Amino acid sequence: MSGRQRNWEALSFQIVMTVIAILALILIVSPSLVVVIVSFTSGFSLKFPPPGYSTRWYVELWNAWQLQFAARNSVVVALWSTGLSIVLGVAAALAISRSKALTAKLLDSLFMSPLVLPALAFGLAALMFFSLIGLPVSLLTLVIGHTIVCVPYVVRNTVAALAQLEPTLLESSAILGASRLYTFRRIVLPLIRPGIISGAFIAFMSSFDNVPVSLFLRDAATDMLPIRMWQDLEGKLDVTIAALSSVLIIATIALMAIMERTTGLSKRLTG
Amino acid sequence: MKSAATARMTAPGDVTSFSLGLALPLGLVFAIFFVLPLAQLLYLSLHNDTAATVWGLGQYIKFLTDPFSLAVLGSTLLLGAEVTLACLVLGYPIAWLYQRSGSRLQTLIIMIVLLPLLTSVVVRTFAWIVILGRQGIINSVLQSMGLIGTPLRMIYTQGGLIAALAQVQMPLMVLPLITAIGRIDPNLSDASASLGAGSWRTFFKVMLPLSMPGIIAGCTLTYAAAITAFITQSLVGGGQMLFMPMYLYQQASTLQNWPFAAAISIIFLFAVLAIVALFSMLGRRARGYGDAR
Repeated sequence: MSGRQRNWEALSFQIVMTVIAILALILIVSPSLVVVIVSFTSGFSLKFPPPGYSTRWYVELWNAWQLQFAARNSVVVALWSTGLSIVLGVAAALAISRSKALTAKLLDSLFMSPLVLPALAFGLAALMFFSLIGLPVSLLTLVIGHTIVCVPYVVRNTVAALAQLEPTLLESSAILGASRLYTFRRIVLPLIRPGIISGAFIAFMSSFDNVPVSLFLRDAATDMLPIRMWQDLEGKLDVTIAALSSVLIIATIALMAIMERTTGLSKRLTG
Repeated sequence: MKSAATARMTAPGDVTSFSLGLALPLGLVFAIFFVLPLAQLLYLSLHNDTAATVWGLGQYIKFLTDPFSLAVLGSTLLLGAEVTLACLVLGYPIAWLYQRSGSRLQTLIIMIVLLPLLTSVVVRTFAWIVILGRQGIINSVLQSMGLIGTPLRMIYTQGGLIAALAQVQMPLMVLPLITAIGRIDPNLSDASASLGAGSWRTFFKVMLPLSMPGIIAGCTLTYAAAITAFITQSLVGGGQMLFMPMYLYQQASTLQNWPFAAAISIIFLFAVLAIVALFSMLGRRARGYGDAR
């Protein structure tokens, strides 16, 4: 192959890859941008580009008590599920991360399985189980269901953080006379804290956004935001949903920025 | 090294590991609220009547001999394959670009990729309704350019659904790919080039095979997510296209046919597990390939 041919060949490869990458990145970003723009429409439809601009749909959002009620429920359930996931998940991660026992491996697969199994099947199973034991659907059943599907994120991130912990640090601490609890509080916990926080963050977001489990475990009295939005959209295309969506997009970006600053979320998720 | 050895002699037990008992609380929660419900689901699916009194494989026979049910299963599995392929073709170049960029651009790319992953799935799906709708961007651009007279019907079509699902699930493909491509020794590409292989050949013969673990991991996650994406399937797919999650939901919620819904769940669950097992088998082979270098 002559030099010029090779240059052309290398160039064609780079151009094709770069162009596809940029197009794909645009594809990823544009839907969110479109929603934010449409939410400022002065019209009654989701026409793009909007005929004029106004903040009327945000005012409308202020009065949409059904959406606010569902949002409050979603936040409450997400906070409880995240709290439970941290307590149960970190303890379990400590137990399984440094153990070579077969039990630890099996437990690890068990705790990770909600990530792969179709959550809708689990939602249905949980509903039937709760009705069998006579527990009516409530915020409690939602918290239990959400904890099952959110705890894997905490376990996974904590296990990853523990894997990078130098065992010699624990040994040094023990040699210097520290008790196990003291070592845990002063050495282990500070070092794995970023891992726990980023796991908890993803657990919170996935609980707040959960559909398959909420679909079966909620009722009118315990309406959840994603389900409320979905049912609204099935009925009519309401611009209020666009305003709500932009609020959620902006909130997500803000939370992501905070997490990036405090725990280096992006490095954590790309290994 | 010496201090480590002394520690093992003096400390009672191994100080570097924690008691397995710490996993007990979560283990119990999973046993009661995860394993038991799934066991009950299986139990219920093995009954022929809705009251669950007559044992039998009736529900499974009903599903597996019903052309309609089989078509739903088939189209769900096919949809997953199409979305996964789209994600791979579009996602790989993103991961490639990421590994060649400076750290500022890397952070930007990762943020762009992560944003949809963390944004509510209803919001992301809603965005596609706005884009694909009758008055959406694509139709208004095409109309203003005079290319079409009447708006095209894009929402509620298979193509629209694949585009929406591919966008929604893209991060699940890109993240493992970034990790996998980052682990490839850059010297290997240089070696390939200095031995006379062109960029395309180096890509297909060196980079692609070596990033196979990431491809497999990404495909597994994307596939599993795409076929269970209830919201996107129902809102962008619409009523004409029925997939397993909606089928399951209809049987359970609207028709209250719990044993049949349970059987659908179990069949769906095993279909997903079979696909995951297939991918992880391919993954083990790929790792063997990667280690051989």
